[in-house]
Amino acid sequence: MMDMIIAPFTKYGLVMAFLIIGVVMYISSWISKLTNKRIAGSAIAIIIGLILAYIGGVASGKGSGGISNIPLFSGIGVMGGSMLRDYCIISTAFGARISEIKKAGAAGIISLFIGVISAYIVGVVIAVMFGYSDAASATTIGAGAVTFIVGPVTGAAVGASSEVVALSIAAGVVKSILVMIVTPFVAKPVGLNNPKSAMVYGGLMGTTSGTAAGLAATDPRLVPYGAMTATFYTGLGCLLCPSVLFLITKAILG
Amino acid sequence: MVVYGLLLLSGCMYAGVLIGDILGKITGVNSNVGGVGIAMLFLILLSDYLLERDLLSSKAQAGIQFWSMMYIPVVVAMSARQNVVSAVTGGPMAILAGVVAVAVAFTFIPMLSKIGAPGEPLPELEKKEA
Repeated sequence: MMDMIIAPFTKYGLVMAFLIIGVVMYISSWISKLTNKRIAGSAIAIIIGLILAYIGGVASGKGSGGISNIPLFSGIGVMGGSMLRDYCIISTAFGARISEIKKAGAAGIISLFIGVISAYIVGVVIAVMFGYSDAASATTIGAGAVTFIVGPVTGAAVGASSEVVALSIAAGVVKSILVMIVTPFVAKPVGLNNPKSAMVYGGLMGTTSGTAAGLAATDPRLVPYGAMTATFYTGLGCLLCPSVLFLITKAILG
Repeated sequence: MVVYGLLLLSGCMYAGVLIGDILGKITGVNSNVGGVGIAMLFLILLSDYLLERDLLSSKAQAGIQFWSMMYIPVVVAMSARQNVVSAVTGGPMAILAGVVAVAVAFTFIPMLSKIGAPGEPLPELEKKEA
């Protein structure tokens, strides 16, 4: 009996994911109404998603993949995977205004460099404070503070230990999840209400998943602008961290 | 036809990701460099061109708009498959590095937004259901 109930969920994974996410969205907008819409429904939905990811990770004993590790929810792995995520991000550009992008061009590019370098410095300083003071380890953890993709790519390039690579991934994941949760709450004080500051934000934060979710919960109209710069961030990080930034770090730490 | 919208969208994605991979190869980076961003630029330029000449039927547009309206649900599904366990159990160093990196980045937003012409806030909208 139980098998029969679960079977459609595994057989028609993606379609059943629409069902599950639809229910999550419905519950979220209902909770949002309880707060007088002070907290956006999408912000609540993302937090519910993260809680599900935690539960799924603990229940399956395997953190990566979150709730999609459980067969009942396997379709969420497809729906929330990079293929559909990137497809949807690109589609948001339909209707974005080229004039707005030109206006933010210079600020966007500068924010990319400042974003990567500042996150890297923060990561390196904290790594050294915690005793990871050799150049390879400090660089890898610094790269992890850039994004959880730059961390392992850099770690492999500079020959860091697997323990350090795991820490760098964890730092990147913390950053990404924090950006998802915090963005709608700090949007107002930092002036995140126009396409230009959204492009700067994308360049500074860089984590594609973090900015994608953060802007969705703040103002969906800003998504294309933030996402556009953010997608250059990981590439720039992979370029700078194992090369220039590693050499500078090595020169300083000896 | 609605699928023409998807043709345009998928074509832009293919071209962008391909260029991103080539850029990654050229720069010796083990990753895609800006593929999605390049695809977005293609979509903006092409749809601008096609709309101006009235070559994109409203059904084709609806095909693209469907996916952009699916954006938030897809992002919710994405959040449900994050490695939250690793973030929570990563230990104080990983958490501190992540938190400070985000805090520093946010403080830079107002400063960098001042570069160039000022941005116009988007008009207040009654929040639409996605």
